[in-house]
Amino acid sequence: MALSPLEWPVLRQLRGPDRLGRGKASMSHRSETLEPRTVEADKVVDSVCPFCAVGCAQRVFVKDGKITQIEGNPASPVSRGRLCPKGSASKQLVTSPTRVTKVRYRRPHGTEWEDLDLDTAMDMIADRVVKTRKQFWEWEADGKRTRRTLGIASLGGATLDNEENYLMKKLYTAMGAIQIENQARI
Amino acid sequence: MAEAHPVGFQWVMEAKRRGATIIHVDPRFTRTSAVADVHVPIRAGSDIAFLGGLVNHVLTTESYFRDYVVAYTNAANIVDEGFEDTEDLDGLFSGFDAEQAHYDPVSWRYQAPDDRSPDEEKRLQQIREDESGGGGQKESHVAAQSESHGSGGAAVPWKGKRDETLQDPRCVFQILKRHFARYTPEMVQEVCGIAPADFAEVADALVRNSGRERTSALAYAVGWTHHSTGAQTIRTGSILQLLLGNIGRPGGGIIALRGHASIQGSTDIPTLFNILPGYLPMPHANQHQSLDEWVRDDEGKAGFWGNIRSYAVSLLKSYWGDAATADNDFCFDYLPRLTGDHSTYNTVKSQIEGGCKGYFLVGENPAVGSANGKMQRLGMANLDWLVVRDLQMIESATFWKDGPEIETGELVTEDIGTEIFFLPAASHVEKAGSFTQTQRMLQWRDKAVEPPGDARSELDFYFDLGVRIRERLAGSTDEMDRPLLDLAWDYPTDEKGEVDGQAVLREINGTGPDGAALSAYTELKPDGSTACGCWIYCGVYADEVNQARRRKPAWEQDEVAAEWGWAWPANRRILYNRASAAPDGSPWSERKKYVWWDAEKGRWVGRDVPDFVPDRAPDHVPEEGATGPDAIGGQDPFVMQTDGKGWLFAPVGLADGPMPSHYEPPESPVRNPLYGQQNNPTRRKYAHPANPINPSWSEVFPYVFTSYRLTEHHTAGGMSRTLPYLTELQPEPFCEISPRLAAERGLEHGGWATIVTARTAIEARVLVTDRVRSLRLGDTFVEQIGLPYHWGRNGISQGDSANDLVNITMDPNVYIQDKVGTCDIRPGRRPRGPALLAFVDGYRRRAGVDPDDPTDGGADR
Amino acid sequence: MTNSLWGRLDDPAGNAGHTDHPPRMGFFTDTSVCIGCKACEVACKEWNEVPEDGYLLTGMSYDNTQQLGASTWRHVAFVEKPAETVETVDLGMPEVGLPGASGDAGVKWLMSSDVCKHCTHAACLDVCPTGALFRTEFGTVVVQPDVCNGCGYCVPACPYGVIDIRPEDGRAFKCTLCYDRLKEGQKPACAQACPTESIQFGEVDELRERAAARVEELHARGVDVARLYGADPEDGVGGDGAFFLLLDEPEVYGLPPDPVVTTRDLGSIWKHVGGAAAAIVGLGVASFMGRRR
Repeated sequence: MALSPLEWPVLRQLRGPDRLGRGKASMSHRSETLEPRTVEADKVVDSVCPFCAVGCAQRVFVKDGKITQIEGNPASPVSRGRLCPKGSASKQLVTSPTRVTKVRYRRPHGTEWEDLDLDTAMDMIADRVVKTRKQFWEWEADGKRTRRTLGIASLGGATLDNEENYLMKKLYTAMGAIQIENQARI
Repeated sequence: MAEAHPVGFQWVMEAKRRGATIIHVDPRFTRTSAVADVHVPIRAGSDIAFLGGLVNHVLTTESYFRDYVVAYTNAANIVDEGFEDTEDLDGLFSGFDAEQAHYDPVSWRYQAPDDRSPDEEKRLQQIREDESGGGGQKESHVAAQSESHGSGGAAVPWKGKRDETLQDPRCVFQILKRHFARYTPEMVQEVCGIAPADFAEVADALVRNSGRERTSALAYAVGWTHHSTGAQTIRTGSILQLLLGNIGRPGGGIIALRGHASIQGSTDIPTLFNILPGYLPMPHANQHQSLDEWVRDDEGKAGFWGNIRSYAVSLLKSYWGDAATADNDFCFDYLPRLTGDHSTYNTVKSQIEGGCKGYFLVGENPAVGSANGKMQRLGMANLDWLVVRDLQMIESATFWKDGPEIETGELVTEDIGTEIFFLPAASHVEKAGSFTQTQRMLQWRDKAVEPPGDARSELDFYFDLGVRIRERLAGSTDEMDRPLLDLAWDYPTDEKGEVDGQAVLREINGTGPDGAALSAYTELKPDGSTACGCWIYCGVYADEVNQARRRKPAWEQDEVAAEWGWAWPANRRILYNRASAAPDGSPWSERKKYVWWDAEKGRWVGRDVPDFVPDRAPDHVPEEGATGPDAIGGQDPFVMQTDGKGWLFAPVGLADGPMPSHYEPPESPVRNPLYGQQNNPTRRKYAHPANPINPSWSEVFPYVFTSYRLTEHHTAGGMSRTLPYLTELQPEPFCEISPRLAAERGLEHGGWATIVTARTAIEARVLVTDRVRSLRLGDTFVEQIGLPYHWGRNGISQGDSANDLVNITMDPNVYIQDKVGTCDIRPGRRPRGPALLAFVDGYRRRAGVDPDDPTDGGADR
Repeated sequence: MTNSLWGRLDDPAGNAGHTDHPPRMGFFTDTSVCIGCKACEVACKEWNEVPEDGYLLTGMSYDNTQQLGASTWRHVAFVEKPAETVETVDLGMPEVGLPGASGDAGVKWLMSSDVCKHCTHAACLDVCPTGALFRTEFGTVVVQPDVCNGCGYCVPACPYGVIDIRPEDGRAFKCTLCYDRLKEGQKPACAQACPTESIQFGEVDELRERAAARVEELHARGVDVARLYGADPEDGVGGDGAFFLLLDEPEVYGLPPDPVVTTRDLGSIWKHVGGAAAAIVGLGVASFMGRRR
């Protein structure tokens, strides 16, 4: 940006009250027009910290479909806008470049990961559930009806949503899988 | 609390500013200790002795809140003549079966009333039958049902006889007094390493701050639960708080500081083996082969739990919709049955033995986060298939190429047949849904952005998986497929095919005959006219509004903040708050006023949703034969207990005794000073060659270790070791030791140490610090080694996992491991490769670990 | 231009040419309630996109950050000390009487979140030859990354060792007191995150009053060790815009006990230099004059 010669810092210094050139006269155009990036957000979304169970409220700032900032929501009666170091690192958590974003597949006895299409992976997993369920199906144990499979287990849920846990338990129960556990046991 | 829940700790600091005394009891001096008024270092695993000492202090100094105790607890109840205490049996209660290592609790029951109602007579007969034939309650303790007694306590057969003078030698109060009499300050010193003066300071502060005018709170986390006596530690806290009148009142309570965003929610709507949503028990094959049998133990009992049939039928309706009818027992038979302990550690054993071949890991990293990491990895290496869903490439997904067992040669990549699917997961801002935080409050999150690449939510994954499985089974006439084919699995999706989470929350909330969202669980019916996915969450979608999404700012509400989120049950913020008023319904004091009886209105009123039948007068006496909520007396605040009272003594429901007793951890350098019985006699041993136990009192393993979290990291590290900003703050695994231990073993600050147990050895950098204290027990010192457990072999900073050291010995009630163990520590790094196995084997031989029965530990012989 | 370089200066922003400027803003860091969680460090980095600063286990208690620098604008110091020196238990420095364990009284663990002091007289700014460092309308001191040429003069000028050059970038960086956020009336990221209000943000005048009251309160509770650091407008830097309540000597926290703006004598130097120059010129002139004579 071309500045009028009158706006050259040294002239501002001589013209204005900042004769030592340590304040107003030294301000660059960037400094003059600086704004917090959050004001440019397309939307601010209410969220909750994903780490521990205190349940600190977060505000998620989004610009062009990307997260530009996550910080505490002062309105929360639980957290009053504050976050611990983990909660404060939430943006890094969700924008981490080391997040795995493609399906990885390791074939039996394989030595390396391979690529796999998500739809194919879902079909393969469904096939395996059906097969293992049947293979380990048990109508009875010690003469008592059990109607279950001990061939399939699951671990996880404490980091997930209630709705997700609900669908998990519902589907597993209908499958007859009972070894369903999460961090609450650990 | 400052360490693992810093933002929650702001309220402790706030209280401190207003004059509260903060006492921190912890083996190490943490960031909490640094700002507490008093820090009391304690030997890891001795909490019951400490709390028991406080109980004894309160009883012997008569500083309990007598009016509260008499009216609201079972202190006055008379216990059966057959009951014998640990005082009589050197550390055992009556009913112990040494062969099975479990208790028959029948002698712990309340004495049967002389003037029995017909119903009570029937129950007495049933108990007598059980006594002769075995079964019933005895069964419950071998059948993993201690937790599945559900939202209420275990049902007692009758309210029993009471002596409100508390003088009868067989009343709970007197039994309690005798039981805890030996938990003296001197005994506390011997067991815990706490000086009598420090103990007195805590006891005085607690007593001074409890009563009509004041309340004290206990806050705990897994330092209390991760023990083979975990449930009983919480019980001791409950007894103490009941005696002091600190339950159901503002500023009181026992506050569980849970460690994961929705670990409370995943217990309420469980991904747990032994319960269904709302703490309904999973049916057990021996007892529950019909809907009637399933609800029989609880149905009609006093309290809201007595309506269990309504909750159960409504759940079955939400699972199987129109297919669930009165004629088919509402599809009860579609529920799989338990036959015992199917908890995660038993599942791992089954994996190693080849009995479980498919495994889903969903936001969990057991290779680092579960006890005895080797067993976790050996189990995963023996699967047909493994699905891992996570944000980052965690150790549980890569054990086949870089796990510790690959290094030692115990596993060879090419030999591992496990087929692994790593599916990227959506993060918390990439999906909408609700978390239930540690105070039972649901908070809804809106979706901010789309998940990247193949990442998807669990909601979408499981919905899609269900759709695909049902497609494959379509047309099947096999009876085993009916539960899947009849499943109500038609959720609305958006244009991207994503499930609408609010529709699922609405199903959880429940709907009435007209299809409209219900407002309260009291509307649920046993006839199939209502559906509800989790009865305690009923009301979260009241008025067709997602109540969990409410965000009325704190400054527009009072301190209860009832319009932020939604707390179960019924948006109630303090449970059992009827106890915040005196028996006559008036507040105990103006200062602690919370919920009280308004005689004019004929209702309970106050700052919170009353936890009581809204119009039940304080002087109400239930009619003979009343059931369910109708049987709640006007002075029975504990509305989920069948006798309406807080239990100082648990006549039923616990696997390891009606009262807590101190037992040493399965691995301990100390002889139990309290009883001849060294360990919890009912602890669940985990017999497997990969889970050897260090013999008690072993000179080879003379030190105690315990594991914990650091503020800068999160659990197994998948969400923190992968982030530069957190990793740089705590970049390496370390152990914390006292200067005395450093001198004894030649360990250098900043150098390396190898920590050895019979399971394995790990290495960590050494921090020598005065914050870790040498504890004096009698004439000896006990040294404790602190180990943060966040590390594994992936991520930005890597290192050995502390959980590889932890043995699997479980609490008999809840099957949670004991994180305290013994070890040796020596300077330098651990041996590499196969040399590590030889090194540990040498230790095992020298310590005399029995190769035939490696999980014994020797203390029971 | 009284006291532009030294001594008491009540309106540094006005002195720097900001007319109609907002009140001076700053931090009061009350270390007596700091729990050492390091939320401030992370929140600062997230907001200001400051890179990580190395993965080193230092062995200095839980302090693996070590010091302020170009990529560390908040630094939580952890100090472990024997508890004998603690006067009282009431504040929360516990006396952990252990059952006779080697006769010691336990330990105290001091934590303190350090930050750029935003001095009233900021030497970094005074020596900056490019005008990259400037005094904002809030009275804070900020580096303009679009102006800084990485000359590094500011680095040795800082009496606290705060500002530094980021080697991989070449320019100097330090805390901006979230200048961008302040412009929108928001709190700096660290103060927003701080769980226990150890970091308090506000108008410096009000914060000084609050800090004085807090010291009084602690003294009344018997915590005689509580003292303020950097709050005195008469001190060697004219008082800090970011000042502290400490529970021990400043040195214990790694802070200089009596910092003085390194450009204190700049005015006098310039006067002397000017005088000397004038004298040289005069002599030169005189010599010519003399020649003429």
